[in-house]
Amino acid sequence: MTATTIEGHDSHHHGHPAGFTRWLVTTNHKDIGTMYLIFAFVMLLTGGAMILMVRAELFMPGLQVVKPELFNQLITLHGLIMVFGAAMPAATGLANWMLPMVIGAPDMALPRLNNWSFWILPPAAVLLVIPFILGLAGVGTGGADTGWTMYAPLSIQAGWGMDFTIFAVHMLGMSSILASINVIVTIVNMRAPGMTMWKMPLFAWGFLLTAILLIFIMPVLAGGVTMMLMDRHFGTHFFNAAGGGDPVLWQHIFWFMGHPEVYVLLLPIAGVVPHIISCFSRKDTFGYKAQVWSMIAIAGLSIIVWAHHMFTSGMSTGGQLYFMYSTMLISLPLAVLFYCWISTFWRGSISLETPMLFALGFVVFFGWGGLTGLVLADAAADAQYHNAYFLVAHFHYALYPTPVMGAMAAAVYYWLPKWTGHMYNESLGKLHFWLVAIGFNLTFIPQFMLGLAGMPRRIPDYALQFSDLNMLSSIGAFILGASHLVFLLVVVQAARGGKKAESRAWEGAQGLEWTVPSPAPYHTFDEQPQFGATTR
Amino acid sequence: MNRLRRPATAGFAALAACLSAQAFGGWTLPEAVTPVAEDTAHVHNLFMLIASTLFFVVLALVLYSVFTHRKSKGYKAATFTGPKGGKQVFFTLAPFAGLLFIDYVIFGIPAYHAVLAYEDTKTNADMVVKVTGSQWKWQYEYPADNVKFVSVLTTPQEQIHNQQPKGENYLLEVDNAVVLPVGKKIRFITTSTDVIHSWWVPAFGVKRDAIPGFLREFWATIEKPGIYRGQCAELCGKDHGFMPVVVKAVPEEEFRKWIDEQKAVQVAAAESAGKEWTKDELMAHGKEVYEKTCAACHKPDGSGMPPAFPALAGSKIATGPYVDSDGHLVKDGHLDRVLNGKTGTAMQAFRETLSDADIASVVTYERNSFGNKTGDAVQPAVVKKMR
Repeated sequence: MTATTIEGHDSHHHGHPAGFTRWLVTTNHKDIGTMYLIFAFVMLLTGGAMILMVRAELFMPGLQVVKPELFNQLITLHGLIMVFGAAMPAATGLANWMLPMVIGAPDMALPRLNNWSFWILPPAAVLLVIPFILGLAGVGTGGADTGWTMYAPLSIQAGWGMDFTIFAVHMLGMSSILASINVIVTIVNMRAPGMTMWKMPLFAWGFLLTAILLIFIMPVLAGGVTMMLMDRHFGTHFFNAAGGGDPVLWQHIFWFMGHPEVYVLLLPIAGVVPHIISCFSRKDTFGYKAQVWSMIAIAGLSIIVWAHHMFTSGMSTGGQLYFMYSTMLISLPLAVLFYCWISTFWRGSISLETPMLFALGFVVFFGWGGLTGLVLADAAADAQYHNAYFLVAHFHYALYPTPVMGAMAAAVYYWLPKWTGHMYNESLGKLHFWLVAIGFNLTFIPQFMLGLAGMPRRIPDYALQFSDLNMLSSIGAFILGASHLVFLLVVVQAARGGKKAESRAWEGAQGLEWTVPSPAPYHTFDEQPQFGATTR
Repeated sequence: MNRLRRPATAGFAALAACLSAQAFGGWTLPEAVTPVAEDTAHVHNLFMLIASTLFFVVLALVLYSVFTHRKSKGYKAATFTGPKGGKQVFFTLAPFAGLLFIDYVIFGIPAYHAVLAYEDTKTNADMVVKVTGSQWKWQYEYPADNVKFVSVLTTPQEQIHNQQPKGENYLLEVDNAVVLPVGKKIRFITTSTDVIHSWWVPAFGVKRDAIPGFLREFWATIEKPGIYRGQCAELCGKDHGFMPVVVKAVPEEEFRKWIDEQKAVQVAAAESAGKEWTKDELMAHGKEVYEKTCAACHKPDGSGMPPAFPALAGSKIATGPYVDSDGHLVKDGHLDRVLNGKTGTAMQAFRETLSDADIASVVTYERNSFGNKTGDAVQPAVVKKMR
């Protein structure tokens, strides 16, 4: 692999605005990537603080900290913020920063669109949160309080926080669609010469499939929330049986988006993790094509299994059997991915730097999340898990390791030297990992047991038999919450200085991004790099 | 590091406690008392066994590799990137085939039978119980015997707000438990009057959403007498956590006796609707109904929680006319609101869940309390006419 980059050829080359305007009008993928990541982290802390209030309420039986109305707003905003505000922007931030670099492109294909897709996000986040804050100040009815699934007819009767949420969802969806278009166009048109689709890094594959999925599903959700808005204010009855509508229709629309959304969060990380594992095992990734095909299969299957979220809503026997068996099918390509990841480090020469710890942690914890998904797919047994804490624990085992441990920790630690030009503090990084490992399991293992014992989700108070486990879970949540502050410290330290990073910061690292200096220059490839036949 | 090690050790100890977990109920479902629940428990236990085995075997492989194939030990990385040769191809395909077998044979076949059994609500059903969810109470109906009643949480607010010690069945106790016979196939039909609720008793292994405008079905044959408790499992608004289900399963004869008593109660209620009530009777009964049905939203003192739950004290609706000069129901008047609710808000229609006497009394009470002084005495007979 060769890449021609002129050392010291940096930001002032084309001349660009400085100060605040630099960030506001920037079309540079690195600036936009940084903004996405900072935005995602701020949202992670916001959503996290909300759920810590919930865990504080659930620390003991009885109502102590928040009223039930506020409790419902907190769980709703936690879900919406984490999915749309933290997890998706974190992945998009990574895509912005790294996608051009790993495929040898100078920038994203549509830089102005890129700027727009970011700047739609902060106003959307404000719209989402402002009714909640006004509610705290005694103005209005507070934020949406329907759960992040916004089930009709509860969402039809909710206060005007719901209207803000609907508008925010429209904007968030628009932002993801714009970003997806950009990702697809960049990958299709801007790969370095010699990089065929079948030689493209798995990282790029993960994002390509995610982008295609998003273009499939987000418009459906946008249609759904528009129908909801119509029902709320314009006298339609899409979701009102009394007017000829169907409350369950909302669930179909929502989960047609909501289930693939899980894989929208997973696939980018499924693309990142092999790079990290391969790097720290000093071994090429195992089964490249098998991984690509599995990701394609997962993306394809994800849009035909949505109604497994709705077994308790009632559906025909044939429908239940179909959604059960098709859901089980997803376990096969997922298992192939796991198999490839494990085979990649099997008989490698392994060292356990922080990114590797997080990548392995992701494999192990997400593995348990996937396995518990198998039994949830059983349409008859599902009645015992659905809307109980078992389900909550299951999807947190799937959705915490993925965006937070995978994107926000493993990938950030892996590429931090490339971004900042400095190595981060390894001991603090390891402390971060162990805090996450302990806090995360201590939070969610008790929740599996709570669900099996019969505790429904989204209740602000509970029967006495659930007390001990809830207390353990709350302690775990506070440890997990604190771990993010360690992460913040490590990243800020590395951004401000520290040991200089080499171009190839990690001994086993492969890929075009490691051929340019650290920190990567403002404009990465002034001359197009050539992608070698043997490298990926 | 020493300071760090201590919390870490404590954390691991807590984790170990979680994993062993017998003290907390552990990894199994509650004792199953219906065929569906037994099926589910069987699937669950088998699954936990297989999933944990898979998980720990793979975890062991991961840990073995991470500790053995270590750079610091000078381990040289192999170079394979795909299966080569018969043995490797076998090792690649075996897990795939194994999973296929687990998915579609070990779980797939019993799941097929379980779904068919779960859905078979109609064959040999001995009786029907209709369950209607409303914010935030359950209404139960025995259509064959023309018995119906409402069941609400009885845990006092003082316990919820930590002003009193919590009772044994905190949040899992109701005023009227559903009584059901053991050994009979009971066909449940669920629906809702406002938003989606979900009727869940873990010991029965069933959960079906109660959806406004639709009917959903499930069934249970309770095999063992006893009291079984559960809760609403679908987020249904602010009091979602306070909507328990209590089922009392009794032998057939005891059940018949209970049904006869209920019938007598309903007959008495119907008769009382026909007689003229004094204002004091209406006020006394109305207070009871108000506290049970209305106080959760409109507050015991009628001050409400505006704007979601308007105040009744001084309210135009609660002090304005409820019938016009021709004796017709005033649209959006007090009685209309209570009977028919207000669409698009949490105010539900009470025509199905409250009796004529209940509605007449509660309207009378609301019009003459919290500083409201209309002097009205709404008679059950009027309510009956307005239905």
